[in-house]
Amino acid sequence: MSLHSTSGRFWLARPFHERATQIFLGVLLAALVIVTVLHVALPRGHALHVNAYTVNLFGKYLSYALLAVAVDLVWGYLGILSLGHGAFFAIGGYAMGMYLMRQIGERGTYGHPVLPDFMVFLNWESLPWYWHGFDMAWFAFAMVLLAPGLLALVFGFLAFRSRVTGVYLSIITQALTFALMLAFFRNEMGFGGNNGLTDFREILGFNLRSSDTRLGLFIASGVALALGYILCRAIVTSKLGRVCVATRDAEARTRFIGYRVERFQLFVFVVSAMLAGVAGALYVPQVGIINPSEFSPLFSIEIVLWVALGGRATLYGAVIGAILVNYAKTVFTGVMPDAWLFALGGLFVLVTVLLPRGVAGLLPGFTRRADHQPKEASA
Amino acid sequence: MSLLQEIRTRDRVFDFMTPRASRVDVRHGPILYLEDVTVSFDGFKAIDKLNLTIDDGELRCIIGPNGAGKTTMMDIITGKTRPDAGSVWFGSRHNLLQMTEPEIASLGVGRKFQKPTVFEALSVFENLELAMAADKRIFPTLTARLTGEIQDRIEEVLETIGLTGLRFQPAGILSHGQKQWLEIGMLLMQRPRLLLVDEPVAGMTEQEMERTAELLTSLAGKQSVVVVEHDMGFVRSIARQVTVLHQGSVLAEGSMDQVSNDPKVVEVYLGADDEEIA
Repeated sequence: MSLHSTSGRFWLARPFHERATQIFLGVLLAALVIVTVLHVALPRGHALHVNAYTVNLFGKYLSYALLAVAVDLVWGYLGILSLGHGAFFAIGGYAMGMYLMRQIGERGTYGHPVLPDFMVFLNWESLPWYWHGFDMAWFAFAMVLLAPGLLALVFGFLAFRSRVTGVYLSIITQALTFALMLAFFRNEMGFGGNNGLTDFREILGFNLRSSDTRLGLFIASGVALALGYILCRAIVTSKLGRVCVATRDAEARTRFIGYRVERFQLFVFVVSAMLAGVAGALYVPQVGIINPSEFSPLFSIEIVLWVALGGRATLYGAVIGAILVNYAKTVFTGVMPDAWLFALGGLFVLVTVLLPRGVAGLLPGFTRRADHQPKEASA
Repeated sequence: MSLLQEIRTRDRVFDFMTPRASRVDVRHGPILYLEDVTVSFDGFKAIDKLNLTIDDGELRCIIGPNGAGKTTMMDIITGKTRPDAGSVWFGSRHNLLQMTEPEIASLGVGRKFQKPTVFEALSVFENLELAMAADKRIFPTLTARLTGEIQDRIEEVLETIGLTGLRFQPAGILSHGQKQWLEIGMLLMQRPRLLLVDEPVAGMTEQEMERTAELLTSLAGKQSVVVVEHDMGFVRSIARQVTVLHQGSVLAEGSMDQVSNDPKVVEVYLGADDEEIA
């Protein structure tokens, strides 16, 4: 009937009625199926065979894409430029890493039944309290959501209540991730210090080095990306999403109409942090290590670059940006490792100058808010 | 003490027992009643023993030179500024001086500020949707559905403010005048009893002014409207009742003709020519 034909529906069902989301999910599903088929069905050595290394690489890109979606949710729709989302990603990753460490059991170098290698190396007698429970998958997976969510809740509560926004908030998020990086570098923290957590063996009983497990993780990353994307779309197409956009553009006015702006900001920020945590948890088993470098402020800035390159406030732009930039990074660092940062900088300048709406702006039929505005207004 | 007496008084229905819809008691006529209100800022009396009565459904224009206290008066009514003395009643039941800003707003006092602020990235329709009186907590907002009833209400307001044809356009592309109307529409979505409108036609073209005049006159009756305005031509075109403020109190009150022939008013506006008033 009109543009609001989907607005009467149940909020979680709305994304499925959107053209853009249907296309996105279709492409994602096709990519998952094609890679899986090419990997499994074709014999090794066939020209079109996708090897385990590549599957693993794609899985990594997909977890980055989920991270980028999380950043776009707060930056694109709420106007909060978080330069510290790497922290939530890393914390989710550490929660997964702790689970994987506990799964090693006696197979570690020192063969201790409970303590991970680095603790034995540091002459620790017993497991620190916060390591308990991570031998159980359900607990660890819950922590993947809860730990980043809790950090975001406390941090966001303090920041938004004090009405810290704009550049100041960006700087504080940078400080947050930097502080966490320094903390995690310390051996006394009990997270493996400089070396982080590594030498993982298996996840849920599956050998992490087998190509089947890698394929499974790739598919899991794809499914997580799809679910995260749907959740974010459901949020931004709801009335709450419109309150977010209103807050982004005129915060005081939104407050004046009667919305408790700081609560909306907090809610979306926490959801975004949890998604980043899930992305981190999927990333870690695929790369086989988590160390404090994921907390590095530079990494968090890089995420924002992916989103900016792909196109802000579209969600699918974030996915495109994350995959393109990381693919380019893989290629570049293979060909000439020293030139990568220059290439990234150049790419960013080019896109900013030539494509103000990012790569997503190139897509056919793209309008800034295609989801909200039909071309002709039927009565 | 007074609370105790209030509770022991059995000859009336307590506020919490009366249904919400009839909260504002206008059986005795006025919807807004200011008596002997005084405010001073650092010794300067911005409002000095101001008395003002607005009837239910009335359209009232308030004029006065700069510094006459127009904006301060609006601030007092909306609870932004507390007077040093005097009383302000909304209907005959609600003492506005004992209420907070959000309480006053939810009671049905809507205020339109001078500079229009609409949500530019959202469509006209969505601007109205957000402004609507509704449960504004997080989860109700997340799961809110656009029902036919809400849609009808929005369409009705769109009709009133004359933006039906532009409802799916982003508010950012609207002209200055259209933004002002949209903002009035956003106030209407909250079903106010009393609308306070601060200089609605500043910066408008002739045609836009005419439309605004029509809009404000059409609103009166359904809700009370108080317009603060400098533009005399505009005031003449809409006002039945005009109040002239000067140095924080009422200088004259009456129809536009009565007021503009009042020697006191002419004197105050001296320096500005008689023409401007006439």
